[in-house]
Amino acid sequence: MKRIAFQQKMISLLNKLSSKKAAKYAVYVSSIVLFFAFILLPPILGIAVKGTTIQQVFDRPELMERALTAIGNSFVIAIVVSMLDIVAGIPMAWLISRGKSRWLSILDTLADIPFIVPTAALGYSLLLFWNEPVGISSLFGGSLVSTGWILVMLLHFTFSFPVVVRVLVGALLDYKMEYERASRTLGAVPFVAFRTVTSPIIKPSLIAAFVLSFARSLSETGATFIVAGAFENGPVFLQNIRNDFSGGLVSQATYEGATVFASLILIVASCTIFALIWVLGPRLKFPFKGIWPNAERRLSYSKAAISRNTVTLIVFFLIVLVPALFVSLPAFQAVLTPVFPEALSATGIWSNYWQSLLVSYLLGAIVTVLGFVMGLPMAILIARRKLGKTPSAAIDILVNIPLIVPSIALGASLSFFWKQSFPFMPEMMLLIFAHLAITYPYIVKSMSAAFERVSVDMEEAARTLGAKPFSVFMTIVLPLTKYSILSGAIMVFTRSVSETGATVAVLSANSPFRTAPVVLVDWVRQVVPASQLEIGLGAGLLVLLSFVILFALRLVTRRKGRY
Amino acid sequence: MPDVRVVNLTKKFGDVTALENVNMQVRDKEYFALLGPSGCGKTTLLRLIAGLIEPNGGEIYIGEKRVDNVPPEDREIGFVFQTFALFPHMTVWDNVLYGPKVKNFNLAEAKTIGNEVLELVKLHERLDAYPGELSGGMMQRIAVARALAAGAKILLLDEPLGQLDAKVRNEIRYEIRKMAKDLNLTAIHVTHDQSEAMSISDRIAVMRKGKIIQVGTPQELYMKPNCLFVAHFIGESNFLEGEVTEITGKDIQIELRGGCKVRACISETKEGTRVVLAVRPEVFTIEQGIVEKENALVGKVDKITFEGTVIRYVVRLENKDNVVVIKSSMAEAWYELGTEVTLWFPADKSHVFPYPEAGLTEEISV
Repeated sequence: MKRIAFQQKMISLLNKLSSKKAAKYAVYVSSIVLFFAFILLPPILGIAVKGTTIQQVFDRPELMERALTAIGNSFVIAIVVSMLDIVAGIPMAWLISRGKSRWLSILDTLADIPFIVPTAALGYSLLLFWNEPVGISSLFGGSLVSTGWILVMLLHFTFSFPVVVRVLVGALLDYKMEYERASRTLGAVPFVAFRTVTSPIIKPSLIAAFVLSFARSLSETGATFIVAGAFENGPVFLQNIRNDFSGGLVSQATYEGATVFASLILIVASCTIFALIWVLGPRLKFPFKGIWPNAERRLSYSKAAISRNTVTLIVFFLIVLVPALFVSLPAFQAVLTPVFPEALSATGIWSNYWQSLLVSYLLGAIVTVLGFVMGLPMAILIARRKLGKTPSAAIDILVNIPLIVPSIALGASLSFFWKQSFPFMPEMMLLIFAHLAITYPYIVKSMSAAFERVSVDMEEAARTLGAKPFSVFMTIVLPLTKYSILSGAIMVFTRSVSETGATVAVLSANSPFRTAPVVLVDWVRQVVPASQLEIGLGAGLLVLLSFVILFALRLVTRRKGRY
Repeated sequence: MPDVRVVNLTKKFGDVTALENVNMQVRDKEYFALLGPSGCGKTTLLRLIAGLIEPNGGEIYIGEKRVDNVPPEDREIGFVFQTFALFPHMTVWDNVLYGPKVKNFNLAEAKTIGNEVLELVKLHERLDAYPGELSGGMMQRIAVARALAAGAKILLLDEPLGQLDAKVRNEIRYEIRKMAKDLNLTAIHVTHDQSEAMSISDRIAVMRKGKIIQVGTPQELYMKPNCLFVAHFIGESNFLEGEVTEITGKDIQIELRGGCKVRACISETKEGTRVVLAVRPEVFTIEQGIVEKENALVGKVDKITFEGTVIRYVVRLENKDNVVVIKSSMAEAWYELGTEVTLWFPADKSHVFPYPEAGLTEEISV
């Protein structure tokens, strides 16, 4: 009884507050302040406080050249991979969204799997599949793909392809089929209809897919580090320098200088590239002068469609799905060996493993909840343009920045700032801040997109029926958007559990808060000596647990289909 | 220019049968309407003819050619969508030239065609505008122009006026008909608006629940509806229930509910059959007081609605049935609420239908 009375009191209080302009603006403004104070400014200030250490790099041309080469590699790989993603993603998304077979819904689910596999486990899985004698290489009597840039590209393709497919499937489902039908009735064969009508209309989604895969490729650290071998891209360079520093090979000043230098260039270059895409994207035109009647007709009908679908499926299974899940093979083998009881009894290297799993999932949960609380007012502000059109649009852009900054650079600069300015800050807090910064755009974006889909009419109707703003939100907006919000939360959770780059950058040596991906990377790189079966089991367990958690969440969030 | 023929056409969406064994022939150069309530299958039929969806059974012919396996781009049709579906990323000019371009006409020829059709819809001065900048009426005309420019021989119009204001709608419907006639096109126009269908079509097919129930000129449908549904859906009808008591060579006698006897035009029926008598509201003559006439019904004015051109009375008969009567508001005297009046109608202006097994309400429900 008492609790209900208290709840009612709270609700009426919140209702009263929500109809006060001042209270409303206080919430919005504080969400902006929090965003600047904890997410946007610390990395920038972190680089600024260590700015002078850059001199270290200028004094050592060979280090500078190494850093610049690594960063150059990062961008080349990101561009090539994103282009391949789009080229391979369009037919796949087409097949999923337009195909008529009921098997396609299974394909649709399969396409998400590599997205769920934590990237460190994914990296090891690919290493086994392409490089070690147990995988596809066994057919060729050696190592098919040695560690290095080709394997890095394969890896990046594997983890960014599902993201691209997801975005494009969404775009094709939202797209009004009427345009394509109109084009057909005007005489265009299907291929021409796609080229001249569908693709220009879904262009924003094509660009968004490209940007997402580009950003993911630039940021990914853990898995890349596993498969890179002697090859260095930006994040791997930062990781190597860090390991050199921990191993006493370079001085702290050199380490900091190199980190600041590489982070700064990565951040500036990626911001420039994204600004360019943002400005030039809308101007990009698909030229349409005429058609190639015979060629395009042939491309449109059965033979071409069948071979296109076959190639698409082969690419998906051979390059994305099977390599991503290959790690389950040694994991199953390990279950039959003494490694398994050893793991369960948490002896030897396994003592850290279980703790790291706990840290990972706990961190993921905390970050998801915090992100939701911090991001909610921000999302409303963006979706409903609460502060006017221009400020809301500006915030919308700013929120995206953490997405395009390579996560290891973000983590490094973040930890510089907090460790310098607030040395008493516990390391767990730093971890939370770093993960919050990386996942913040995902949660805000998914929530604001969901709110935008709720028609303002509905809110206004509730208002005219007597609901106060807080009640409108709780009774109308939230019920209508909860599934999208939950799926946004799942994305944040997965992202946090996979995160390696920023985590490594934040953690001090021998920290008790090493997350599962960090531990796995150490095993694979033999920083901590581990056998193949142990690594396989470690990665397999991580995948399995993530699956179980996500499956449970999916069950909860599955749309019941009534509205 | 070709005719369009469908034979035993069937279309299912999952478990729902949208069209069942539909047969129809649209003549060459005819302006033909598919009329029916929403969900009756009229748009499905149009999309099947266009090739936008594939039938589960039956045949479709355009001219002599069987087309049910021909993709839409090769059927030489022009389709005007309810939402217009003008390509938002192209200007008016590029939209109109889209057909000629994808059909690989040479550029000079394409431009000539583009100019001609824009001239036809009188939107030449807006050729640099994007669809988002046009009014509904303009978008509609561009949608037609675009279909024409692609060299359509058959114009398929799916509720082409549905998105327009009433005033614009009335203007544009005649424009479209005139254009189709001037260019000797065959046109199939889908609508749920009976006045739209009546005012512009050469012939109309009335559809209900996946079937065509009557095909005829607007006059035929209005004067000689073949069933209760058409009598109700086209125009307006009063339905009076009764029983056939006598059949003579020239007419029949019906005893209405409540005992009143009327004579109606001859129809295929037997004595003792339960029937429904349909009389249109404008057929009645109305006069104050009790008047001795054949086919007279007595009642009180229960409701009066002034609609401008006409005045509409609801008269409550002695047997509690309501009858709607429409009179010219300027040409005739008005009657006050509660006035006792007599209504009568000529026997040959009525229709007799057997009482439907499923009940009257079900039979006329859309």
